[in-house]
Amino acid sequence: MRPSPSTAKALGLYACHTCGLVSRPAREGASSCGRCGSSLRFRKTNSIERASAYLVAAYILYIPANVLPIMETQSVLGREENTIVSGVAYLWHSGSWLLALVVFIASIVVPVLKLLAMTLLLITAHYQSGWRPLERTKLYRLVELVGRWSMLDVYVVAILAALVQFHPLATVTPRSGAVYFGAVVVLSMLSAMAFDPRLIWDPTQKVSRTHE
Amino acid sequence: MRLPERRPPTNLIACDECDLLQRPIALPAGGWALCRRCDGPLYRYAPGSLDRALAFSLGAVVLFLIGVTFPIMELELQGNVTSSSLYTAVQQLWNDGLYVFAVLIAATTMLLPALELTVMLSVLLALRMWRTSTWIPKLLRLLTLARPWSMVEIFFMGVLVALVKLAHMADIVIGVALWSLGGMMVLLVATSASFNLRHLWEQVSPQ
Ligand SMILES: [Zn+2]
Ligand SMILES: [Zn+2]
Repeated sequence: MRPSPSTAKALGLYACHTCGLVSRPAREGASSCGRCGSSLRFRKTNSIERASAYLVAAYILYIPANVLPIMETQSVLGREENTIVSGVAYLWHSGSWLLALVVFIASIVVPVLKLLAMTLLLITAHYQSGWRPLERTKLYRLVELVGRWSMLDVYVVAILAALVQFHPLATVTPRSGAVYFGAVVVLSMLSAMAFDPRLIWDPTQKVSRTHE
Repeated sequence: MRLPERRPPTNLIACDECDLLQRPIALPAGGWALCRRCDGPLYRYAPGSLDRALAFSLGAVVLFLIGVTFPIMELELQGNVTSSSLYTAVQQLWNDGLYVFAVLIAATTMLLPALELTVMLSVLLALRMWRTSTWIPKLLRLLTLARPWSMVEIFFMGVLVALVKLAHMADIVIGVALWSLGGMMVLLVATSASFNLRHLWEQVSPQ
């Protein structure tokens, strides 16, 4: 029979997060990687606390990001303030359903799901749940993969503002909602980076640890 | 570099995402090794040459410089023409007093991509000339840190979305910078396909 799988931590080995070198610590206490000099830890320091702090900040800023206008359009027809939601509604009513759907998914569904996914990961990791570790790891991978893409909206606003400068006819100016939205994206990326996905598997490891 | 009594690192890999220890296996060119337990990517075998990676990343630097300074697109509305490059767009945001916004855009589309390219190029050049050097590990760590924040490809998609939004209100001429940024993205993928970080670490390794 194959011996039950072991993690680096269970064997007292450090896996360097920067260069991947697996090594045994030289002595007790702090140690640094023999190859790249990064400090070695079994798990990211205060992972859950730091990730939660970023996440809470992201939740708080999520409110102004959606309530405040992200840009202001000025034309001969008058002044109009666009929030993220009103932008999607505008596209929907003007008949561009496909584009409306794309923007709806990129700027409303993805950010919300990302915040909820990080919440789920943090709560289950905090309570050392052994629930569906494979699915939770895949969820984390998805969050890391798509998280950055929410910056899309911020860039769209910046490009529109840079180009639509026809003074009496039409101008676009970015508004503070876009900054808050960008901050939400940055904070949720920081939260995902602070989270250590190996914590998902640690509770399942306790059982097989006696082996070896 | 001092080498205290560490066990030789040779034959084990720990999964970044679940910490499972595994033995590396031989891979076909371009293949990925996945974690047995969580399917996470462990490492890739990228057999490309240093010279090819250097050529690709030099090309990426040139295209990046064009992509930042030349117009992304030109817009015409009833005889009025506006055009904007990435650089002038950021400048305009700054002049309008939108400092945080300007810094966010500048950092993710200009400063960090520039850092990423410079670091990658210097690592490749240093490896080409001296095989190894004490500051390469520091640069590689910087590269790992900068990568997630360098968002040229997302900016590129943002330009495409803006194109669709503007198409109904004005005449659009696509500028040389948009093609350059597109080309730069392709070259960046080609660069990282011809070398990978883990392989670089093994070359840098004191063992
Ligand atoms: Zn290391
Ligand atoms: Zn794994």
